[in-house]
Amino acid sequence: MSDTLSFAWAEAWIRDAQAVLAEHRMELIDLDRAIGDGDHGENMDRGFKAVVAKLDEGGIADVQGVLKVVASTLMSKVGGAAGPLYGTAFLRAAKACDGDVDSSGVVALIEGALDGIVSRGKATTGEKTMVDAWTPALEAAKAAAEGGATPAATLRAAADAAAKGAEATIPLQATKGRASYLGERSIGHQDPGATSTAYILGAAADAAEA
Amino acid sequence: MGVALVIVSHSVQLAEGVVELAAQMAKDVPLRAAGGTDDGRIGTSFDKVNDAVTELRAAGHDVAILTDLGSATMTVESVLDFLDEDESAHVRFADGPLVEGAVAAAVTAQVGGDLDAVVAAGRARELFN
Repeated sequence: MSDTLSFAWAEAWIRDAQAVLAEHRMELIDLDRAIGDGDHGENMDRGFKAVVAKLDEGGIADVQGVLKVVASTLMSKVGGAAGPLYGTAFLRAAKACDGDVDSSGVVALIEGALDGIVSRGKATTGEKTMVDAWTPALEAAKAAAEGGATPAATLRAAADAAAKGAEATIPLQATKGRASYLGERSIGHQDPGATSTAYILGAAADAAEA
Repeated sequence: MGVALVIVSHSVQLAEGVVELAAQMAKDVPLRAAGGTDDGRIGTSFDKVNDAVTELRAAGHDVAILTDLGSATMTVESVLDFLDEDESAHVRFADGPLVEGAVAAAVTAQVGGDLDAVVAAGRARELFN
């Protein structure tokens, strides 16, 4: 494992994420059917397939370039709320990147993504949204990086925290987005956006460890 | 050049229906429907909204945009973020109820209201008083 993550990592991350989201398409659809409009699995699958098609065209040479392509493609190809949310997240993550990514760069990337999501969706923690996965991911990444962890270990800490954060949305009542119209009936279901966040960060860690 | 409206809905038909309704009282106001995803599914499209705004701006209009639901609003805010800084004074989001807001905004544009007046009408705040 090296001390910095390069273009090869970013490309592998996004390709892994596409495979994982395709694999979990039905699960995300079912989660979203329970408390939303049921399009999240389809939209993420469609969006990341479009991103991979862009990567296949080539011409991208650095981490920032990969993240920018993810941002613009998701923004225009994902019809649901996930498009502008993940699009803005990847755009801000791209802006936080300069060259290869070390452990503090991983923190900056996740911080950029979370800032983007919060500014676009105006959600805060505890509202049963993807913020409930990104926020613990950022905290875990910060702690790992400050403790001298490699970029891969920093990403793994973030991914594990995101997965726990997603699971912790189950008992929450949604107070943001269309799930909030369900009131108490939103309790007992895991948030689909927090779940896809955990898969995407899991893919980032997998690609860094490979 | 007066103010034009872009109606953004998750549904192609809903966007077109709101345009049809608003046009009844505002026959000289350019109204553009930007409903559904690129391939006509339920959802919203960054490109559809952006194309409508770009086309109306190229024709010299200021543009007020109305939406049906939160994720449509996020798509619109993303489009606004990508506009050049000097364009942002000419393109605004009117955060109001879609049907009444669109009619109120269209009528205001029809009688010559500027972008501030149209956006204020689009918010239709008086409806909630």
